Amino acid sequence: MFPPFITQASSVREIMFKVMLALLPGIALYVWYFGPAILVSITLASLTALATEAVMLKLRRRPLSPFLSDNSALLTAWLLALSIPPLAPWWLVVVGTMFAISIAKHLYGGLGNNPFNPAMIGYAVLIISFPAYMTHWLAPQGLGQLELSFMQQLGYIFGGHFPAGVTVDAVSMATPLDTLKTQLHSAHSMGDILQMPVYGSIGGKGSEMVALGFVLGGIYLLLNRIISWHLPLTFLAALFATAGAFYLFDPAHYAPPLFHWFSGAAMLAAFFILTDPVTSPTTLRGKFIFAAGAGFLTYIIRVFGGFPDGVAFATLLMNMCVPLIDAYTQPKVFGKKGDQ
Amino acid sequence: MRKLHTFHGGIHPDEHKLMSSTPPSARAPLPPRLILPLQQHIGVRAKTVVQAGDKVLKGQLLASSVGMLSAAIHAPTSGTVVSIEFQAVAHPSGLPELCILLKPDGEDRWIEHSGFDYRALPREELLTRLRDAGIVGLGGATFPTHVKLNNAQGIQTLILNGAECEPWITTDDRLMRERAAEIVQGIEVLRYLAQPAETLIGIEDNKPEAIAAMQQACNGSGIEVVVIPTLYPSGGEKQLIKILTGKEVPSGGRPLNIGVACSNVATACAIHRLVNHGEPMISRLITVTGNVKSPQNFEALIGTPIDELVQLAGGALPDSNGFIVGGPMMGLEVTNAQLPVVKGSNCIIVKSGKLFPAPPPALPCIRCTRCVQVCPAELQPQDLYWFAKAKNLGKAQSFHLFDCIECGACSYVCPSNIPLVQYYRFAKSQIWANERDKEAADLARERHEFQLMRIERDKQDKAEKLAQKEKAALAAKAAAAAKTQGEPDAGTGADAAAIDALRAQVREIARPVSEQPPEKSA
Repeated sequence: MFPPFITQASSVREIMFKVMLALLPGIALYVWYFGPAILVSITLASLTALATEAVMLKLRRRPLSPFLSDNSALLTAWLLALSIPPLAPWWLVVVGTMFAISIAKHLYGGLGNNPFNPAMIGYAVLIISFPAYMTHWLAPQGLGQLELSFMQQLGYIFGGHFPAGVTVDAVSMATPLDTLKTQLHSAHSMGDILQMPVYGSIGGKGSEMVALGFVLGGIYLLLNRIISWHLPLTFLAALFATAGAFYLFDPAHYAPPLFHWFSGAAMLAAFFILTDPVTSPTTLRGKFIFAAGAGFLTYIIRVFGGFPDGVAFATLLMNMCVPLIDAYTQPKVFGKKGDQ
Repeated sequence: MRKLHTFHGGIHPDEHKLMSSTPPSARAPLPPRLILPLQQHIGVRAKTVVQAGDKVLKGQLLASSVGMLSAAIHAPTSGTVVSIEFQAVAHPSGLPELCILLKPDGEDRWIEHSGFDYRALPREELLTRLRDAGIVGLGGATFPTHVKLNNAQGIQTLILNGAECEPWITTDDRLMRERAAEIVQGIEVLRYLAQPAETLIGIEDNKPEAIAAMQQACNGSGIEVVVIPTLYPSGGEKQLIKILTGKEVPSGGRPLNIGVACSNVATACAIHRLVNHGEPMISRLITVTGNVKSPQNFEALIGTPIDELVQLAGGALPDSNGFIVGGPMMGLEVTNAQLPVVKGSNCIIVKSGKLFPAPPPALPCIRCTRCVQVCPAELQPQDLYWFAKAKNLGKAQSFHLFDCIECGACSYVCPSNIPLVQYYRFAKSQIWANERDKEAADLARERHEFQLMRIERDKQDKAEKLAQKEKAALAAKAAAAAKTQGEPDAGTGADAAAIDALRAQVREIARPVSEQPPEKSA
């Protein structure tokens, strides 16, 4: 044995488990507002992640049990499932998860060595390869033209067909962020648009509550010191500041900053995606730069880009910068502060 | 109230101190044999002045210090030198060390010794006496005290380290409770040597009895007892200095660079024993704790085998599996119970799988930066780990590897259970080994070049001498010829030869520097 001979009781498994635990309030509210279909995709993603992880470990000749039980593959699966529309064919979830675990994680060296957030890579692959399927978001309950029963949803997910006479457009709807974009293009004013039934009091109806669930989970992570405040608060501040600047400039065409906070995956990104330690900077100054960049890019991609949300690409772009950020933000060590 | 400063990071491990700090310390009886390593300090190994078979008295010099950075070794009791041989010692290298084996005669008869008035002695003389009494820092680093104080005159702050931040260890705690007055007398000697503007004793707030005892003993002396929050590693020299003065010892520097000298309270006590009783460093207080029946502190002779002390503490319990010499954060694991206690040993912890469970297998680093949050040297442990693992030693050095104090806080919090400190030690020793290799290669190259140069020079000298001889012979011939001619200008030829010889000498002296034998740079 080597010194120190005592250690704090903590483990990678426990950290990942607590992060998954923190996702539960958001998931519960998701089910409440959008139905149980999300649970199907979470389960599918989890099973795929574990299977892919096992195969990759086997191929890489790594021990199975310590890595299969570290919960990191499961967490990736959950985050990816939460980023995909629940009403998606089963193979969409499976392909995305397999890609995330095998290519984005293991081909780079597995746990701790991946430069990009695997869940976001999975999302990026899906939205580029299968954009149509990635728009089938469920309407919050009570808003859709037609609501499918859970069994009917399962029929679509696994069988690929809706009940006779039902089209995909009838059971899904554009996200609040997408609606905003298209409505602005057809020259409606911001005030009118936000009165539409898809919007709730701050962001999208239902989705704003899910976002609040993620905030609750984030607070739990902060209190348990699984994450520090630097990344989430800087990200939210940068998103708020960018959105605020545009909003002040032209409130008729740009949504208020709070709308951006509670739409799309902003809260999920702030507390669960950017805070992935493997793919974020290690220095304090680096964390500020990384999160501020992600907040700014999220807004730019959302508002001026062609994708439904900007979180994934903003995260990946900033992931790319992490080695550079870390290299240029090294803090002064003890006894070196007098230099220069 | 003095304004306290904070250092970055730190951890709060479970203390486990009460069990050994509660009972008063006891004097360990004479062990059946003593093993005295010649290297118990940082610096040059002491040189034996006795031989196998010699009868020695308690306190008699066994090995003298060699040069400045060294410390003497004395007989802890009277007896016979059995042998001087290599023996296993508690050292991270695992290498055996030259030791004097002493068999006590049971009489414990002192050599003639007496205290002295240190104020009457010149400073140099007092420092020499510290060296010859084998006084080294008892906080763990065992740096010879006379070296530390050599240039410490008129400093700003003298700090006495009574923090004892590492879990399980309670020797300084017991020492301060039981011998506060003696410690203060020792501190007075340090003050006399260092002439500091202020003298502070830093004690962690988990030792209220020690704090009270020291406060009482310091009353009216001008020495200030400063209570500091319990936070590992506040007893690290650099950390304690930061807490008490707000100053940071410069990277790669020493406390003296910022006008501070730091010494352990136990060292002060040893100085008192020397100055007021004439006793060299032959024993120390040591905590025996962990998986034993009755943990306690013992005043043990240097060289006492671990096993003897463990027996005194009631013996190791059945499920024991080895020992830690030192604390659980920075100590050394040993399995051999016959290893001796040395000057730097402050604690023996008997291990068991229950008290110190083996860590689960290490997982990859996930860059969670918990290590960064606790590192008192403000390093990026996860980067150092990365570079050390990749044997990217240059990069590790540029990320300040040598500012790491090996406190182990990073490993303590690591959720992946990576033995980080081991990686840093490995990288450091690799760098040292590379430097030694390079030095050796440089030296060999210099020697070779010098040899070539000397051969060339000798050749030239020979040629010149030959030429001179011929010239002189010619001149003599010419002179002889002139003499036969009866010329008055006699002696010119001889003069010419002398002038030629002189010229050769001048050439020799004025030879370009590049041809001179190279001086070895220090």
